[in-house]
Amino acid sequence: MNSQILILFLVLVADVSTALGVVYTRHQSRHLAVELGALEVRQDEGLAEWSRLQIEQGWLADASQIEKTARGVLQMRQPDETQILVVRP
Amino acid sequence: MSKQSKQSIPSSRLYALLLIFLFSSFALVARAVNLQVMETDFLQGQGKARFLREVTIASTRGVITDRNGEPLAVSTPVDSVWVHPGELLEYPEKIEPLARLINADADEIERKLTQRANKEFVWLRRRLNPEIADKIRELEIPGVYLQKEYRRFYPAGEVTSHVIGFTNIDDIGQEGLELAYDSWLAGSPGSKRVIKNRKGQTVEEVELIRESDPGNDLHLSIDKRLQYLAYRELKSTVLKHGARSGSVVVLDVDSGEILAMVNQPSYNPNDPGHDTDGLRNRAVTDVIEPGSVMKPIAMTSILENRIATPTSPIETSPGWIVVSGHTITDHSNYGLLDTTGVITKSSNVGITKLALQLEPEQMWDTYSRFGFGEATGTGFPGESAGVLRNHRRWRRLEQATISYGYGISATPLQLAQAYAAIANGGKLRQPTFIQGANNPPISAIDPAVANAVARMLETVTTKAGTGSRARVANYRIAGKTGTSHKASASGYAASRYVSSFVGFGPASNPRLVCVVVINDPTGKEYYGGLVAAPLFSEVMTGAMRILNIPPDDYPAMLVSAGNTAGGQ
Repeated sequence: MNSQILILFLVLVADVSTALGVVYTRHQSRHLAVELGALEVRQDEGLAEWSRLQIEQGWLADASQIEKTARGVLQMRQPDETQILVVRP
Repeated sequence: MSKQSKQSIPSSRLYALLLIFLFSSFALVARAVNLQVMETDFLQGQGKARFLREVTIASTRGVITDRNGEPLAVSTPVDSVWVHPGELLEYPEKIEPLARLINADADEIERKLTQRANKEFVWLRRRLNPEIADKIRELEIPGVYLQKEYRRFYPAGEVTSHVIGFTNIDDIGQEGLELAYDSWLAGSPGSKRVIKNRKGQTVEEVELIRESDPGNDLHLSIDKRLQYLAYRELKSTVLKHGARSGSVVVLDVDSGEILAMVNQPSYNPNDPGHDTDGLRNRAVTDVIEPGSVMKPIAMTSILENRIATPTSPIETSPGWIVVSGHTITDHSNYGLLDTTGVITKSSNVGITKLALQLEPEQMWDTYSRFGFGEATGTGFPGESAGVLRNHRRWRRLEQATISYGYGISATPLQLAQAYAAIANGGKLRQPTFIQGANNPPISAIDPAVANAVARMLETVTTKAGTGSRARVANYRIAGKTGTSHKASASGYAASRYVSSFVGFGPASNPRLVCVVVINDPTGKEYYGGLVAAPLFSEVMTGAMRILNIPPDDYPAMLVSAGNTAGGQ
């Protein structure tokens, strides 16, 4: 009789503790899901930024712009054939 | 008191009350069972619908890069603005500042919205500048919303527009490689079911309905630096000679990869407009009658079938010959030439005399092994196959004209492919726009014959040849000029030409093939040697420098460090 009550009590304790455990993990999983969502948003923003920077680099590295600056602003020119010597290494 | 009243209640009333209670509790239980057991699916579904949401997982279109990883087409999110007409029309005074931001007429917007007052969604302006989108967001006008959309940008603009093409407003490829590789680049958006809380945050991902498939990147064989160089030179040549159009193709001899392909007129792929004339990638879609640049192909057939050797003599006097009642003339009377001289001087009479000794089938066979009359197989939209009629239908005159490039048509890319085979010891490789594509070499012609023809082509750029203007300092160049009359409705036009030059270098170890086609130059000069050859020289000079290709006689050019110091 006494042992039966003890078993019942233990089962009750186990039941309540797993119930609390379920509540806790549930809470945690929701918490992590929110965090994941936020990180996904950051990833999207990062990718968007990356694509914008690629485009910007593309514009800035545009050959016609570089040529204009090199020839116009920096007064650079290509040496002609007679001015080029190939040095033996 | 209580005892008395208890006794006074008749038992029949008690039973009746009990029965009512029993009946109603039974009804409640029945209803509960009905809801809990019979209709669970429906109710659970309804319950979940209160907090389950289906959200899309966006996928972006892949990036197109050149062979060095430089981006040529990139998608980036931008905002588009849409309005709920009913909501906005309640605040008509707010339309004015909005209209100013998007550079539109306020009255017109109001009229447009009034017409669509019963609708709930009207695009106002798609793909805004990010700064303007931010300003609109700050205005906080009721009924005005911003929606994220992807827009494609082409940093190289008109320089790469024909090869790459462009996408429409819904991000679907419309032209060029954007169209050819649309499904590879596009990817497909996925979707997932999630649970959201009151604040709209996702608290749990329930299931993935469809995985999002991000678009794949595309690595082209194009070299942006060569592309720009070729474009710049082509544009100035077309302007200088008042030409209608023009194309330049640069091909890597070893791999068959297209390093540059440019055309004039061009267009800005970031804002294509409606002018369809500039949209065609003429180097692939348009055919020309190549003229004299076909002579090396005929010469290959002549050498293959042992009609002549490179040194055997051929009489071209008096500078004209009659075939089937038609007179074929040379530019001037070249007298007695050797077979090599026929190519050097570009003698129509010489090549005609030699080619007419061939069986039509032999000649046709050589031409088709070089890929004429058949699309190159790049998969480029609208690629043309050119025309090489079957030899059974060749008449004698036709055989003669095909030997110097009339009565046959080809795209500039086909010419590049054929010359690459000559440069590559007879091995033909299918041209490709994709880096590292699988295009195994096919043995098209005997290596000894290919090398003999290549040596003949080298004489063209000597002082005596027609293509001396194609020379590149420090490099040996092999090539052939071409000048052909344009065919028109009433036969060949007397004063409209196609000037061309096809060649490769360095001749001792060919690395690059370059094709130049200038269509209808209206200036005084129209010969291939005067219009196309200088452009070829400019492009090849730059390409050799950019790609660091050693000159043929590199060791002879070396100066020891001591000498340099003394010289300075």
